[in-house]
Amino acid sequence: MRLLTHNMLSSNVKGVTNGFPLGIEVEKVVEKQVELSADFLINIFSKIEWKALVDASRAVGYAELPDQADASMLDSDEFLRKFHHALLELHLEEGALLCPETGRRFPVNKGIPNMLLHEDEV
Amino acid sequence: MPFKTAQIRLVSSHSEVYEPCDDSFALVDALLADRSNLIEHKPKFCMEVGCGSGYVITSLALLLGHEFHGIHYFATDTNPHAVRVTRETMEAHGVHAELISTDIASGLEKRLAGLVDIMVVNPPYVPTPEDEVGREGIISAWAGGEDGRSVIDRILPVADNLLSRKGWLYLVTLESNHPLQLCLQMRERGYASRIVVQRSTDEESLHIIKFWRNFDKE
Repeated sequence: MRLLTHNMLSSNVKGVTNGFPLGIEVEKVVEKQVELSADFLINIFSKIEWKALVDASRAVGYAELPDQADASMLDSDEFLRKFHHALLELHLEEGALLCPETGRRFPVNKGIPNMLLHEDEV
Repeated sequence: MPFKTAQIRLVSSHSEVYEPCDDSFALVDALLADRSNLIEHKPKFCMEVGCGSGYVITSLALLLGHEFHGIHYFATDTNPHAVRVTRETMEAHGVHAELISTDIASGLEKRLAGLVDIMVVNPPYVPTPEDEVGREGIISAWAGGEDGRSVIDRILPVADNLLSRKGWLYLVTLESNHPLQLCLQMRERGYASRIVVQRSTDEESLHIIKFWRNFDKE
């Protein structure tokens, strides 16, 4: 599970109003290189919750992202590389995502988060 | 990457996961036929709801040329076996999608709203008794309840929410799902539609429908 996906996931437990971002429990992280697309990064930047990305990347052991970012930083190759690396190249293979409101655990196995709810949670 | 679509010999399988069949092939044929439009469309996010064996999402990633052009793929399935099988299928073909075990797009709906440029869905469309809908295992791949519309009718509002302004939806339906009525319902939501592939076998008559937001209406 990429941090891009983590940035797009929120808790689907019934009645939760504050389900984003999900907490991260890390067991195994894998780095997989992928080609950088500046177009994509520039396009997606405004949709990314930056603080959630920074916190998530630190949780998986990457501390290079600046605390704050604005669109003007997209002119910098170095920023783009760090943004790209955090968003797309760090994969949580094993661990869990945690609902910030209820603490409900969503396991992540083989890079796949399980957001399936039990009948009483729907 | 020489393959245009997923190769059956490389598609993974499991007893509880729907194997690629006429409907899967018809959907991929529809995507293949639309390939140049899809590429010109420059999608950012593509998504499959109900990925099963991974045949369709893998084929989509192959025919669009994955990742190098800044295209990202998501796929979901309620069957945890299906999601694992899809991962294996994608790996065997050297392509990647972010996979999530979930009901339709539950968990993604808030943040991914308005971001999906291409959505592909081969839903459980077979008319069955209502109590067969949503059961665990392979039955969830086809059980569609009354007129086979139970799951389709839950997917469409989610698609409407997730699709971007330029978003396209490709949906597999049967004649029994009343596809024309479906298109009229989608028209109410502001979508134009076209049947892009029609295929009749002994048992079923498949209609692959493409939907897109209609801005021409005054």
